[in-house]
Amino acid sequence: MTPFDYARPTDLAEALRMGAAAGAAYLGGGTNIVDLMRERLAQPSALVDVSTLPATIAETDGGGLMIGAAVRNTALAEHPVVRSRYPVLARAILAGASAQIRNMATVGGNVLQRTRCTYFYDAEGSSCNKRAPGQGCDAVGGFNRIHAVLGTSDACVATHPSDMCVALAALDAIVHIDGPLGQRTMPFGDLHRLPGDQPDRDTVLAPGDLIVAIELPPLRFGASSTYRKVRDRASYAFALISVAAAVEMDGDRIGDVRIAFGGVAPKPWRALTAEAALRGGPATAQAFRDAAAAEFADARVLRDNSFKPVLASRTLAAVLGTLTTGEAA
Amino acid sequence: MSIVDSAKQAAQGLVMGALQKLVPLAPDSWIPGGKPDPLIARKHGLIGKPVSRLDGTLKVTGAAPFAAEFRFDTMVYASLAYSTIARGRIVAIDTQAAESAPGVVLVMTHRNAPRMATPPVFGTSVHAIGPADLPIFQDDRIHWNGQPIACVLAETQEQADHAAALLDISYAPEPSITDLAAAKAKGLEQGLFMGQPLRNSIGDAEGALANAEYRVDQRYRTPRHNHNPIEPHAATLAWEGDTLILHDASQMVTQQAQSMADVFGLKTEQVRLTSPYVGGGFGSKGLWDHQVIAAAASRLAGRPVRIALSREGVYRTVGGRALTEQRVAIGARADGTFEALIHTGLSVITPHNNMPEPFILGTRSAYAAPNLLLQVEIARMNMLANTFMRAPGEAVGTFALESAIDELAVDLGLDPVELRIRNEPEKDPTSGLTFSSRHIVKAWRDGATRFGWDERPAVPGARTEGEWQIGMGCATGTYPYYRMPGAEARITLLRDGDNVRAKVEVAAAEMGMGTSTTTAIVAAERLGLPIDWIEVGYGDSAIPGAIMAGGSQQTAAIGGAVIAAHGELVAALLKLAGNDSPLAGLSANEVGSDEGGLAKLDDPSRRESYASILTRARRDSVSVTKAGSMPLEFMHWSMHSHSALFCEVRVNQVTGEVRVSRFLGSFDCGRILNPKTATSQFRGGIIMGLGMALMEETQFDERNGRIMNPSLAEYHIPVHLDVPEIDVIWTDIPDPHTPMGAHGIGEIGITGVAAAVANAIYNATGKRIRDLPITLDRLL
Repeated sequence: MTPFDYARPTDLAEALRMGAAAGAAYLGGGTNIVDLMRERLAQPSALVDVSTLPATIAETDGGGLMIGAAVRNTALAEHPVVRSRYPVLARAILAGASAQIRNMATVGGNVLQRTRCTYFYDAEGSSCNKRAPGQGCDAVGGFNRIHAVLGTSDACVATHPSDMCVALAALDAIVHIDGPLGQRTMPFGDLHRLPGDQPDRDTVLAPGDLIVAIELPPLRFGASSTYRKVRDRASYAFALISVAAAVEMDGDRIGDVRIAFGGVAPKPWRALTAEAALRGGPATAQAFRDAAAAEFADARVLRDNSFKPVLASRTLAAVLGTLTTGEAA
Repeated sequence: MSIVDSAKQAAQGLVMGALQKLVPLAPDSWIPGGKPDPLIARKHGLIGKPVSRLDGTLKVTGAAPFAAEFRFDTMVYASLAYSTIARGRIVAIDTQAAESAPGVVLVMTHRNAPRMATPPVFGTSVHAIGPADLPIFQDDRIHWNGQPIACVLAETQEQADHAAALLDISYAPEPSITDLAAAKAKGLEQGLFMGQPLRNSIGDAEGALANAEYRVDQRYRTPRHNHNPIEPHAATLAWEGDTLILHDASQMVTQQAQSMADVFGLKTEQVRLTSPYVGGGFGSKGLWDHQVIAAAASRLAGRPVRIALSREGVYRTVGGRALTEQRVAIGARADGTFEALIHTGLSVITPHNNMPEPFILGTRSAYAAPNLLLQVEIARMNMLANTFMRAPGEAVGTFALESAIDELAVDLGLDPVELRIRNEPEKDPTSGLTFSSRHIVKAWRDGATRFGWDERPAVPGARTEGEWQIGMGCATGTYPYYRMPGAEARITLLRDGDNVRAKVEVAAAEMGMGTSTTTAIVAAERLGLPIDWIEVGYGDSAIPGAIMAGGSQQTAAIGGAVIAAHGELVAALLKLAGNDSPLAGLSANEVGSDEGGLAKLDDPSRRESYASILTRARRDSVSVTKAGSMPLEFMHWSMHSHSALFCEVRVNQVTGEVRVSRFLGSFDCGRILNPKTATSQFRGGIIMGLGMALMEETQFDERNGRIMNPSLAEYHIPVHLDVPEIDVIWTDIPDPHTPMGAHGIGEIGITGVAAAVANAIYNATGKRIRDLPITLDRLL
């Protein structure tokens, strides 16, 4: 770990001032950035601790929720409104990490966690364009079982590891940002970038930007939502694939549907193609599989992850089967 | 391996070979264990009662000092830098930035390290435990990707880690073999284990297989595994003049101290190594580069050093289990009896060590078959020296063998338990020796009843619950009884008023399995004293003898040494007792210990207490040291432990996820000394086996030989939610030819487990997976 300064601002204005300084980074629960610093993947000159800034979960006028960025993951998953109106979010959070990590991790920090690609983590011995642009990517020809099949580029095939973010993508969350460019909001789906030829940039945030809140708009059928995660052991592993979904039935047809996948792409993957294929159609296992096939039509599989489109299709069909009929498809 | 080292191993192999020819012919009475240990007959004492660990309170309160918790004044902290190429030379190391970083005391590389001898490689002498015959920090050669090549000492760990990252190292890479196909293409060699070839051939196995009515002939693969004890490897050490004081995490205390003495050209007594507590070893807590580097840097800097490897450091520095590719072929008659059994294949080692994963060891004594062919060949790769890992050989060998037997049972339409019992041998199929104690059929019958084996679906895929397919599988586990030479015990009786306390010292290691507690139990029974009056000394190179916590032999080694020392003690006490004692005139073999003193064996009314003898002799104490008998018993009898394992799994039809829902281990391991710690040992081994079955795999990148998942986040072992209730039972039938009637049980738990899981998965799904780990994508 490279030596650094530590500062604990007392309010948002002070935090933004400190965070705007060159080389500064914000510190939430520290469950990811401290690891990155230990591995010298992040070498901030100063950590600005925003974990103690006021953090509340408040209902908005329209029936949504405004979640302060410093809210701990556990607190968000336990919140009664989240549990009743957005169960997909509560389940996604609880599917991630361990109880100890969730107690520390903040909402803002979870959103900004970095990939678990093992070549990214091996600063001494491996090449990685995300870590060192232009260096090359050892994952493409190496161990890539956990890697992405959608939205990748020749430069990078890493996945975004968050569970919570998959639910946020499905829920059309809105990101509230403050920083040197002033206050602004953006759709959650616009926050994370695809790698293209700049895989080192995970998000569109500018230096000094701070996520101050995540807003959940009201979702009429949010109560009919769930999250399913498939991984290599029963707990405490990152998703091989995960599905966040919410469904509203219109008679025996699908009225509306939200779907996002985790573990398949460099960002939480909102499955707009699959949603469009399903909307207004029958809630049959065949329709679910066809929708998944459409979503993964452009999948680029690697040596070790060719199972992902199949697994995603099966898992999506099971999740939608449960949400539309109460039974697994 | 140098020629000298290879010759030494071969010489040892010749001696072993000669002994193995002569010892079977000797009368039983000449062999240790020929006359049963009198403790076997003692039914109502502490042996067999559940006793909590005597060090339990110390451990849960944090008061037990582990290697990285000892302190010395002016101590500094070490951090290592590791190579990033598999083979070649170090061209330059720019140390300037590191040397000028805050807190840095020393940067040591091959250029300024003191001259040191190469640690003698394992097996070349009784004390030799070096992982490979490679010099440490003596030249610019790189032998594996991850080799330690520089050491930074600083005032804090953080300063040392930071400075190590500032080293700028350039290499001249040379051609390397890090690809298995390339290694195989260079040719295979016959594997040697403890100097003897891993090959047995009886009859014409291939011919009998070809002519057999029923045949299975399959290939099985197991991956590399890394060691992940909860305590990463660490040592805290200091030079006091020319004496090295070393607090290490060791499962071979004396050998480790001697090896350090050899490296630094010291006399044996110039290295004092203690290791009172070890946070798990599993074969890995021996001598690796880090202790040598830390001691050299300490000498150079003139400061005591603590070296605590990071988890990544353990993966780079400490070897693991090598991969295997195995063929198992069985030819059988319609009634299931075997005509031929073939178990062959390959493993990998380095150019500088000699530890082929000996996966045929368990097969040698497993089943009756008139025609047998067993062989391990090796390919060599440029990698960190592989090493012992819980049940080396049997852990992965039983996966292949016991999977193949399940496949044959399916073909024959026979119950796999019944098939195994039908092939139960009357004597050892390869050595021809009589079994000392083999009650595997009872273990099978007891286990099957308790598990409810008769509820197993006869047809695969027959039982489902929602998305889940449910199946049952079984397998045999096996591990030999060993007792290594070199063990000694020192027993000291100390008079304390009218009472007498005993101190029993053995140079053994306690890795958390309960050895110190079990040793106290056995000593209390052997000496006829309450356990509260027994103190056990261990984990200290100053104690005479050498006992390794390896090969599941430590309990027997301690037991044998304590038997010998107790005999010596009785003789010494009789001498002190003199002519005024009720015991006067008796010889040592007519007398035993009983209720705080000595008594005539066949007339306990002739007795005298220890206190009385010492008082009359005006002695406060008496102390004896004696080595255990030559361990010949396992060359005279075929001595093995066994388990019958039953597993129930649930396999998700949608995702391929596997959940083990029930597990039962039914063990035949001689007499169980402490049911409480034994249960933990069995369960721990089974849990490790579940990990091997379903998730453990070292990601060794064949392009450059680099381990890509050196962390517990990416190298998966079971978490609590992966582990079901594990039921453990045992036959508790003493082996008449071992100390206390016991067998060591440290390793048997892992054996057979992966096959039991794989066979249950077949029963659930109809899918036969022959490559470990059985990850969900293999079941989609």
